[in-house]
Amino acid sequence: MSEPLLDVEDLRTTFHTPRGDVHAVDGVSLRLEAGRTLGVVGESGSGKSVLGRTVMGLVSSGPGVTVSGRVSLAGQDVHALAPAERRRLWGPRVAMVFQDPMTSLNPVKRVGRHIDEVLRLHLRLGRREARERTVGLLRQVGIPEPERRAGQYPHELSGGMRQRVVIAAALACGPDLLIADEPTTALDVTVQRQILDLVASLSRRSGMAVVLISHDLAAVGGRADRVAVMYGGRLVESAPTSRVFGAPRHPYTGALLASAPRLSAAPHSRLPTIEGRPPDPADPPPGCRFAPRCPRAEAVCRGGAPPLLDLAPVGGHPHEVACRLPLEAESTEVGHGR
Amino acid sequence: MSETLTDRRTATRRPDLVAWFSGTWLVVLAVLAAAAPLLPLPEHVDLTRSLTAPTLSGPDPASGHLLGTNAFGLDLFARALHGARSSLAIALAAVALGAVVGGALGILAGYLGRTVDTVVGVATNVLLAVPPLILLIALATVLEPNARNVTLALALLTVPTMVRLARANTMAFAQREFVLAARAMGASGWRVMTRELLPNVLLPVLSMAMVLISVLVVAEASLSFLGLGIQPPAPTWGNMIAEGEGRVLEEHPHVVLVPGVFLFLTVFSFNILGEKARKRWDTRSGAR
Repeated sequence: MSEPLLDVEDLRTTFHTPRGDVHAVDGVSLRLEAGRTLGVVGESGSGKSVLGRTVMGLVSSGPGVTVSGRVSLAGQDVHALAPAERRRLWGPRVAMVFQDPMTSLNPVKRVGRHIDEVLRLHLRLGRREARERTVGLLRQVGIPEPERRAGQYPHELSGGMRQRVVIAAALACGPDLLIADEPTTALDVTVQRQILDLVASLSRRSGMAVVLISHDLAAVGGRADRVAVMYGGRLVESAPTSRVFGAPRHPYTGALLASAPRLSAAPHSRLPTIEGRPPDPADPPPGCRFAPRCPRAEAVCRGGAPPLLDLAPVGGHPHEVACRLPLEAESTEVGHGR
Repeated sequence: MSETLTDRRTATRRPDLVAWFSGTWLVVLAVLAAAAPLLPLPEHVDLTRSLTAPTLSGPDPASGHLLGTNAFGLDLFARALHGARSSLAIALAAVALGAVVGGALGILAGYLGRTVDTVVGVATNVLLAVPPLILLIALATVLEPNARNVTLALALLTVPTMVRLARANTMAFAQREFVLAARAMGASGWRVMTRELLPNVLLPVLSMAMVLISVLVVAEASLSFLGLGIQPPAPTWGNMIAEGEGRVLEEHPHVVLVPGVFLFLTVFSFNILGEKARKRWDTRSGAR
């Protein structure tokens, strides 16, 4: 296997709050090869957004925050770089798309300028060249009449169009890695699909790696090579997408899949839910974070944090699970209720 | 639905006439004031050249003194226009200075936070704690009363307001994702402040500036009235009003009324337009 583009090792992001230390990301390790797509899935507060921002270096050690561990992007330790050097990474090497296109464009700046400025800052293009590239990028992300749209203000565009603009800006300098933090949460379902397909096709075309962060398993499903499931700041399962959906080994993943509505389910049938509430990030349960809500939990689960172990058959893609009592392989399959 | 629509329409229509009048007054005044030295006006400042003119004559277009003369025979219309020159120039310069300094400090404090915010916050609170007129008088006793120093003193008065406004707006906008997005595209702190935050903070600051101009016109007039601003015989509306001291106002009310009406209409107009601008652009009204 080649040197991974992104190598995250035992990353911990801790916010020091008046209520105590919040371990938003608590020992996460990830690897992502160039051109591949990794889905990061978890519920609200599971730390997936903080993970994305820490990986990028947007969140770094400072007053109120401690980051430990290592994020290596194409061989460079992101958190060891000086702020100015890190800024040079953002745009040409790694870019980010945010959740809400309504607020991620500056309301008083014309659409085109959002992209022009990035091009002129990083690639030192002239005004004219930058505008030509901008129009090209807008066309590439499927915006009709890009010349006219570039001169409009964000409020003149629909949410989906705006997210396309954000994506165009992120792609402007041809990054190796795109971190998409819930890029479709604020959009209509039909537009969600278009945006996700757009990201997937752009990634295929330019060989760009993507970290797709979402709370929506289904959104990630068809588009990621691997899926990492987060719970309470930790990875609980990380496996090839088909394994996560077809043969999840962590009870949390299994429960998440079971609680997704299915067209094949009988009408008015009750949707299985996960009892209880997510752990308090300032005071997480000892041992496995999911233990208090886990129907399979036993005393051993409450003892210490379960290590992330590879349970894949020899020679297969790694299937890492952090559970002392994992589900049997092939025990739960997509399409069947309990 | 239709009711609220018509309500809104009349609500925006009604003050339009007043706003038009205000705008017209300010434009005409500004043009006349700017052109005052070129206009064939009777003497406004040099006592030796008004020796033959009638003193304290009432407004009479036929006499060549449109709005009458003062105790020295100087033409009141000419003095009011020349007074407008200094009043408007000082108020505009002071507001501009205050907006630039206060806006910059506010954006810095709002975006950088921490120590910068604390220092700027303490400084503005200290300034706000001193009553404005007392501050002006204190400054006037130390500084020589000329146009530059009056401008600086008045600018100092506007700085705390501008700092607070810019800081509050900066903090609100800094929470928006576009600032994070700009940082994620490699924008430095300086770039974020100048390219992302400044354009957003500019509108509320400018509309506040409109409101503050009228305050400063009055403040400048007060200083001149007290003899702490521009010194007579150079005219300003404040020291023209001061010429009505003693029995003059009783017997020749026009000496006070002429500058008074100029002052009133100007302040009124700035207020109306400033209020209109604030309603339109202030983020608090929810318009984007």
